[in-house]
Amino acid sequence: MNILNLFVIIPMLTVGGILLTKDLKQSRLVSAIGMGFQLILSFVLVYLYLKERQAGNTAAMLFTYDALWFPSLNIHYALGVDGISVAMIALTGIVVFAGIFASWKMELLPREFFISLIILASGVFGFFISLDLFTMFLFYELAVIPMYLLIGIWGSGPKEYSAMKLTLMLMAGSAMLLVGLLGIYFFSSPDPHALTFNLIEISKAHIPIGMQRFLFPFTFIGFGILGALFPFHTWSPDGHASAPTAVSMLHAGVLMKLGGYGAFRVAIFLMPEAAHEQAWIFLILTAISVVYGAFSAIVQTDLKYINAYSSVSHCGLVLFAVLMMNQTAMNGAIVQMISHGLMTALFFALIGMIYGRTHTRLINEMGGLMKVIPFLGVVYVIAGLASLGLPGFSGFVAEMIIFVGSFQHTDLFHRVITIVAASSIVITAVYILRVVGTLLLGPIKNDHFLHLEDAKWYERISTITLVIAITAIGTAPYWLTDMINYSLVPIVQKLSSIQLTSLY
Amino acid sequence: MNLSDILTMRHEIVLSVLALLILIIDLNLHNRDKHLIIPISISLFFVYTLVGFLPADKSVLFGGMYQTNPLLVMMKNILNVGVLIVLLQSVTWLKQDANREKISEYFILLFSTLIGMDFMISSGDFLMFFLGLELATIPLAALAAFTHHQTKSAEAGIKLLLNSALSSGILLFGISLIYGSTGSIYFDTITQLYRNTPLQVLAYIFFFTGMAFKLSLVPFHLWTADVYEGAPINITSYLSVISKGAAAFILIILMFTVFKTIAPIYNHILYLIAILTMTVGNLFALRQKNMKRFLAFSSIAQAGFILLGILGGNTMGMTSVIYFVLVYIFSNLGAFGVVSAIAAVTNKENMDDYDGLYATNPKLSLLMMLSLFSLAGIPPVAGFFGKFFLFASAASAGYYWLVFIAVLNATISLYYYLLVVKAMFINKSETPLAYFRSDNYTRIGLVLSGVGIFILGFWSQIYEIINSLSYGILP
Repeated sequence: MNILNLFVIIPMLTVGGILLTKDLKQSRLVSAIGMGFQLILSFVLVYLYLKERQAGNTAAMLFTYDALWFPSLNIHYALGVDGISVAMIALTGIVVFAGIFASWKMELLPREFFISLIILASGVFGFFISLDLFTMFLFYELAVIPMYLLIGIWGSGPKEYSAMKLTLMLMAGSAMLLVGLLGIYFFSSPDPHALTFNLIEISKAHIPIGMQRFLFPFTFIGFGILGALFPFHTWSPDGHASAPTAVSMLHAGVLMKLGGYGAFRVAIFLMPEAAHEQAWIFLILTAISVVYGAFSAIVQTDLKYINAYSSVSHCGLVLFAVLMMNQTAMNGAIVQMISHGLMTALFFALIGMIYGRTHTRLINEMGGLMKVIPFLGVVYVIAGLASLGLPGFSGFVAEMIIFVGSFQHTDLFHRVITIVAASSIVITAVYILRVVGTLLLGPIKNDHFLHLEDAKWYERISTITLVIAITAIGTAPYWLTDMINYSLVPIVQKLSSIQLTSLY
Repeated sequence: MNLSDILTMRHEIVLSVLALLILIIDLNLHNRDKHLIIPISISLFFVYTLVGFLPADKSVLFGGMYQTNPLLVMMKNILNVGVLIVLLQSVTWLKQDANREKISEYFILLFSTLIGMDFMISSGDFLMFFLGLELATIPLAALAAFTHHQTKSAEAGIKLLLNSALSSGILLFGISLIYGSTGSIYFDTITQLYRNTPLQVLAYIFFFTGMAFKLSLVPFHLWTADVYEGAPINITSYLSVISKGAAAFILIILMFTVFKTIAPIYNHILYLIAILTMTVGNLFALRQKNMKRFLAFSSIAQAGFILLGILGGNTMGMTSVIYFVLVYIFSNLGAFGVVSAIAAVTNKENMDDYDGLYATNPKLSLLMMLSLFSLAGIPPVAGFFGKFFLFASAASAGYYWLVFIAVLNATISLYYYLLVVKAMFINKSETPLAYFRSDNYTRIGLVLSGVGIFILGFWSQIYEIINSLSYGILP
């Protein structure tokens, strides 16, 4: 039995288990057990992966599994992981596990909630382990569609509007993506009988440059919409603000990473020439995402909107770094995906917990919460400091690598755009410190807040899991960056060889 | 005619015998036992469906008028399975007092149209084709007007009749031009002789217009919504699924054989009509509040997608069209089945009536949601695979922009499908439809379509079987 298959089977079994349950207590227990198992499995995978690499296995993809699915179209159910996907899987495992505990008190239709949540998670897991573009696309859509119900039924505020907007925009993204993927498929080989959806095989073939110019924007924007690329990011603030806690965590923490991951694994890796040619357009757009997202976060007063815009900014940085297309910056992009995934999940979890106590998310109505709920307050400060890039936390590592990598380009355009993007660090500090100041410090503005309870055990599990991961990456980033670097080498080699021979 | 000929024509012959048998049984039944016709007819039809799956060979009868081969047999079997589900879903409605007198008529008329479709699919010349087409259409008008005491139903019958008469006229004119320019009505001969002379292109356009009426492609769709709304709901589902599926089957066969020499010309027409059909169908569906009209317009949009496979022009194109129709039968019958089950018990068929349905009837709501997701092309249900292969076949011919427009249309369609999901799952209602249990026939019908929606996608063998029988005009 291939270990990767388990990542799809366990969620299915968990869903089956939840179907048998009767009430909240049972279904959350089953979900926690299932996803706890999935978390352990993620770490086992990391361990096995490192062991294989130490044993000298140099294959690009490990633990591969391949089953022919539609023979006439050469569609396979093909699985395999490299260092990058292993890291993303570990991230997903952590966030999903934390998300289950963050929704411990889901009173409304708990079974349906956990089933939708786990279907979403299985889509994400499936996406990261797929080597076949068809199954990848299938899992991608599988991850997007439960969002509609999750936000529409369990959300708050203008939930129906947000849910519809999010679903339709992401589906329009997958429309572009589908065109791109079909184009890649039909040009994956000069022989019409040897067409393939397999990522690794396509990367060895050469897609004609004229076709690349046409397909690259489709593919990149298709993934970019999910990665909150400006100007297609508008679903993200509304969606995140209306979603219930666990969904915001999962969506901002993991689902948006599908965009960044796909953008470099599919769009840039398979169509490097077009990527080099068109990178400047998207670099400008992502730089706008980064700075504009940060500025928008400054003026918001709703905690969730602040964090949603901050996600736009940080995810913009992921795409920005990916488009720099050198080893260091791309490594930074992956670390940023993981770091942001953990941070933002922590933020949304905390916001959910604070909202559950104060029943407001407007920062002006709150104050001095540090005195009443010290545990949540301290964790919020930790998340904030990680987000603004304090050394010792994951955010610093990621941003440092990204900007060092970006500055390796010696031409003026890249230098200027890097400086513009780097200015977001300062703006981030402004909105984070502003929130921490008004929300946690100062006088308590409302008497009701005097008797708030601090975090319960299940909330502590949820937050501490994430804090540990954030500090672990922040203090010992090398095991993560080494793992990513190893797998980036073939990708960057492909990118740079083309740059030298055919363009300059 | 010897025994092997009878075996060759078994679909048509057995079904004719079945229709006559029901007539005889009906004559001999006492008035209070008339309801027995329902289980008898359905079980007979079930046996007939099984018989259809017996292996079949390629052969020709009546000097080339009638032909059959495994591909055609498979098409007929796909339709049979669909009809079986329609029959199961219509039991509750048939048992109503108003219909008690005409149970046998329902089955006989339905079977006659199916015989017509079978002949149409198996036709080897335009005469047989036209006979089959008429046999398939005229009883349908009677069926649409089945509850003739209701004005809308009578109106639907007349509208369907007039429109089919008009479209048959146009079609026949096209056929006559084809005969005039080639001197033959046999498909094989015409295939050899067909060139892109102006007269023959004109003949094709007339022919295609007639078919476009049957398939309700834009701009020949205007009859659809009224007929679908007025006809009894099971007839609507029959019209929109079986009748349309049969028309799609024969259209792609003729496009890939008789008219293949003018493919470069008709592709332009198809390209435009595909875009028009998908877009207009979707835009109209956005605003519908009556579930029958809603599904009618959504089925117009779905017909536009079928053209993508024909445009593909290769084996994959034909495979994807047949596969899509198969998936579409199950998905649409799932949706229609739920609408019909609710309408039969509560007489309500507006979208507002579905508010809060999940709280009272969770299973029906789930099936409805899955069917709608399948219609929209969302994984993991079969509709995703159906749409994906259609898009792939159009992309293989290089129509990337068309694919893009089509996928955007699929996204638009997702909006209105989600409106129904929203009504059932999210909206709150003070007076939701009360919980009810459907009878066993309806349940079997619903379970069949639900199972089909789930397994058709993952079970790749079905696609491969269709693929092994299909052919294309391009390599």
